[in-house]
Amino acid sequence: MKKRRKLGRGVAIVGAGMSKFGMFKDKDSKDLFAEAFLEMVASVDKGIDPNEIDALYLGNFSNDFFMHQSHWGPIVSDLIGLTPKPATRTEGACASSALAFREGVFAIASGFYDIVLVGGLEEMSKRTTEEVAEGLALATVPYEGQAGFTFPGVFGAVATAYFAKFGANREHLMNVTIKSHNNAPLNPKAQYPLTVRDIMQSKLKSAEKKGLPIPDWSDEKAFLKDRRANPMVAWPMHLYDCCPISDGASCMLLVAEEMARNFTDDPIHVLGIGQGSGRGLHACDDLTYFEATRFAAQEAYGMSGLKPDDVQFAEVHDCFSIAELLHIEDLGFFKPGTGFKAVADGATRLDGPKPINTSGGLKCKGHPVGATGVSQLYEVWTQLRGKAGRRQVPIKDLRIGGAHNLGGTGGTCTFTILERR
Amino acid sequence: MENRPFSDISFEAFLTEGKLMGSRCGHCGKHYVPPRPICPGCHGMQMDWVEMSGKGKLAAFTCIAIGPAAMIAEGYNRHNPYCSAVIELDEGARVDARLEGIDPKKPEEIDVGMPLKVKYGHRGDKRTHLAFEPL
Repeated sequence: MKKRRKLGRGVAIVGAGMSKFGMFKDKDSKDLFAEAFLEMVASVDKGIDPNEIDALYLGNFSNDFFMHQSHWGPIVSDLIGLTPKPATRTEGACASSALAFREGVFAIASGFYDIVLVGGLEEMSKRTTEEVAEGLALATVPYEGQAGFTFPGVFGAVATAYFAKFGANREHLMNVTIKSHNNAPLNPKAQYPLTVRDIMQSKLKSAEKKGLPIPDWSDEKAFLKDRRANPMVAWPMHLYDCCPISDGASCMLLVAEEMARNFTDDPIHVLGIGQGSGRGLHACDDLTYFEATRFAAQEAYGMSGLKPDDVQFAEVHDCFSIAELLHIEDLGFFKPGTGFKAVADGATRLDGPKPINTSGGLKCKGHPVGATGVSQLYEVWTQLRGKAGRRQVPIKDLRIGGAHNLGGTGGTCTFTILERR
Repeated sequence: MENRPFSDISFEAFLTEGKLMGSRCGHCGKHYVPPRPICPGCHGMQMDWVEMSGKGKLAAFTCIAIGPAAMIAEGYNRHNPYCSAVIELDEGARVDARLEGIDPKKPEEIDVGMPLKVKYGHRGDKRTHLAFEPL
């Protein structure tokens, strides 16, 4: 029997902010974090004096590689006037800021700190695509790189194993892409706030303008099957199966539960947190699930006393379309091998019974890797407080949401359950 | 009796000699390729070197159009993709390797589960790379 874990004392979120995600020539990591921090400060209903913040935990994967600058904890601490208070950087590849969030929760739960700022940042777009690919590949396992695997390649291999075991195909991946793109225009922070149909229209117009042959796409899937419009990256991953290269920052203010009402009448509570570690491709007996996600989910469900059905909506780490299918199964929302059918039936749409990635997901919102984990929690916080505007989940009595973050090729996975009381 | 350390360096030295070597846990009998000094399954610490038969089947694969610098240097690109794969060996261990003897431009024709045999890629003074091809 797995030990049921609990926090030493409760922790609540009383403020959150994120920068717009995108590729910014005229903004750097500090500018983006300042943008997120200012929104966070404004979001605290009864106000926060930054002098009250005890410590900072900051997720960053590899600005060392992307920007030739390491040691981002104190840089951000200085930026927001937190020095000489402690600033700690966490690294778990694409799950770096979910780890910062966990460290912040633990620091408060232990009784050591009362008010903690957590967040993340990444600045990637000033490098070429090849350089970014090389930087990201630092988070695969060594044998994968030697066999020529890239990040999309690893998830491509996972997809072939999933297809072979469960009888899914590329069209099922397209359903994920189309769904995420339908949510994206409703999110003002998204890097690509366009539906697939919007993109098709703009390509048709551009072809007409240039006097090129006008493509004859009958629907979104015809567009996604067109090799020219949607070229192969790493079979069966094509361009529209992959998240973009992004810059961005995110942050959240965590406080001890007993003092949450000093900051807001509508705090969001940390109900369950879990984290797991996983092995490389070759060391897994079955490539159709991530053991680290299953472990993290068990821990979070055990702590919260909830079941997967109790989680009303979730953000999951869709770095590639196939990943979303695995996650919604690993988190227990759908049985293994049935996620692709659930997506095809519309179960994960914004107006479906289990909305997934209402933000547009990594695919459309963007994936500045170190900022992603806390940006997923930002989306859940926004939804639970009923402030998601046109993308508000239309479920009555929205109380419970989840955020799943994955680092590397499944080496670090987290699952966090938040509650509005 | 082979007494090299159970390391990646030893594994690669064996590859250069044309041998696919792994370790077998003296406690639970499980095989690992590349070798491991500690069995992650049972924490057994008594390992033995075992030469693999070099036969197995395809567990998963991908055909990569946009590869890393090392593959681009070998002449691969979006018009000339290559195939990377996970192979399940007859001994039960799984290994990452390149897949050759197939057409990476026709991934629809590559079947998960197809039988494969080992092939060593020796290219001048560069490192030997592990590959498999259809049996």
